[in-house]
Amino acid sequence: MIINHPLLGPRDSEEFVYLGSADLINRPTNWESEEAAEDFYQYLYIRENIAGDNRELWYHEQGDQSWLVVTRCTLTHEIKSVELAQDVSRAQGRSK
Amino acid sequence: MSKTKYSALKVLKEALTGHKGWEPAWRDAEPKADGYDVIIVGGGGHGLATAYYLAKNHGITNIAVLEKGWIGGGNVGRNTTIIRSNYLLPGNEPFYEMSMQLWENLEQDLNYNAMVSQRGIMNLIHSDAQRDAFMRRGNAMLFADAGCEYLNKKEVKERYPFLDMDNARFPIQGALAQPRGGTVRHDAVAWGYARGASDLGVDIIQNCEVTGFNIENGKCLGVKTTKGDIKAGRVGVCVAGSSSRVMAKAGINLPIESHVLQAFVTEGLKPVMDNVITFGAGHFYCSQSDKGGLVFGGDIDAYNTYAQRGNLPVVEDVCSGGMAIMPMVGRVRLLRMWGGIMDMSMDGSPFIDKTDVQELFFNGGWCYGGFKATPASGYCYAHLLATDEPHEVATAFRLDRFRRGEMIDEKGVGAQPNLH
Repeated sequence: MIINHPLLGPRDSEEFVYLGSADLINRPTNWESEEAAEDFYQYLYIRENIAGDNRELWYHEQGDQSWLVVTRCTLTHEIKSVELAQDVSRAQGRSK
Repeated sequence: MSKTKYSALKVLKEALTGHKGWEPAWRDAEPKADGYDVIIVGGGGHGLATAYYLAKNHGITNIAVLEKGWIGGGNVGRNTTIIRSNYLLPGNEPFYEMSMQLWENLEQDLNYNAMVSQRGIMNLIHSDAQRDAFMRRGNAMLFADAGCEYLNKKEVKERYPFLDMDNARFPIQGALAQPRGGTVRHDAVAWGYARGASDLGVDIIQNCEVTGFNIENGKCLGVKTTKGDIKAGRVGVCVAGSSSRVMAKAGINLPIESHVLQAFVTEGLKPVMDNVITFGAGHFYCSQSDKGGLVFGGDIDAYNTYAQRGNLPVVEDVCSGGMAIMPMVGRVRLLRMWGGIMDMSMDGSPFIDKTDVQELFFNGGWCYGGFKATPASGYCYAHLLATDEPHEVATAFRLDRFRRGEMIDEKGVGAQPNLH
């Protein structure tokens, strides 16, 4: 698979490490809330595991060390779009 | 349908009478209008074994096994056929040892030749730390009566002179062996269980995809399928590889990701390897089939996928693993390669459990260890479906174990499914 890095252009997926769903950006923020245990359980262990277009985190370990959000079809391996994870995260209102 | 008993005498009789007396091994059924006591979703090895043991051990025979394609067309026909019970943790080891004991009597029980071959399995050791870890695992195996033996470097070299004993990165220092491990003809497992279940009255319904569940007031009353709605007293889902997609139809998200595992077979060679050899440090495992091909595999591709095919980097990775320990494979040509979809769970261990929906049960999360578990998985799932209680060797395989913090993590890598 070729991942079209927003800054570096097309790179072989072998340069990257795969983490999982881009939902992992949304780490629960309030660890003191009543629901914190349940929130962290859902965050850490439960997956939607989509068959189709999946937004997922790839880390450019052998490149510029950036985290990317790659939208990739899990039925065909076709990559639809690639964004910098920090842009996605900030667009969701997180600080970084 | 009358049960034909397979025997050498029967083969001889048929040979002399033009093979006119053979009947289909199982009955291809259509759904009954008034439904079933139990519906098993998924006609793979585990589903067929579940139906067989429900009928045989618990006397429940009004059962349908629904399969979206053809039976045995999924992972039971895509694995590398290895059986073993060499686990470490108490939640796993007694279960896999029970599976091994069921394998040992499978052919007599089913009257079906599944080519169960206890040729032995050998895990290579490359460092003192790995030897310590394997010794600990060996002791856990001895506690569970699984049996094991330690082979030193000299013994390994005598048995398999083609191994690269003095590899610079991974010198072979010995091996942990389980002589009772081995291989089984995987297709025959599906066919044998199908025949056994069918003879006990189970309806095997192929080309029947489950498209939804009929759930009212939190209770499952049956399934929607491509062959219409079918009523059921109880539904057992058993579709590893598609678990998340099927359970999502009941509104349940699982602690599972789907990944592809590739497997490979070479052209036929003369007998060279009378054992299963595994190279855990680089992740390569290999056995030789009765046709002579080297059957081998390695790591999963490590990204979520439902495509039953992988990519070339892992092919290269697995083949270099092979070259590292047995350089003689370098001139052997690869004949075929294929992929199967694994339910990778969050701790590398499976689930056999009830769900939050009444009368809806779940079996899955087998990672890439499902084949060896087939008999015990069916046995224990049947026990749960029939009695509402988990079988004593399967009490740890609960869906809520992550919520309770009671993971069964053999490798100790945490909630990172592509590393299990």
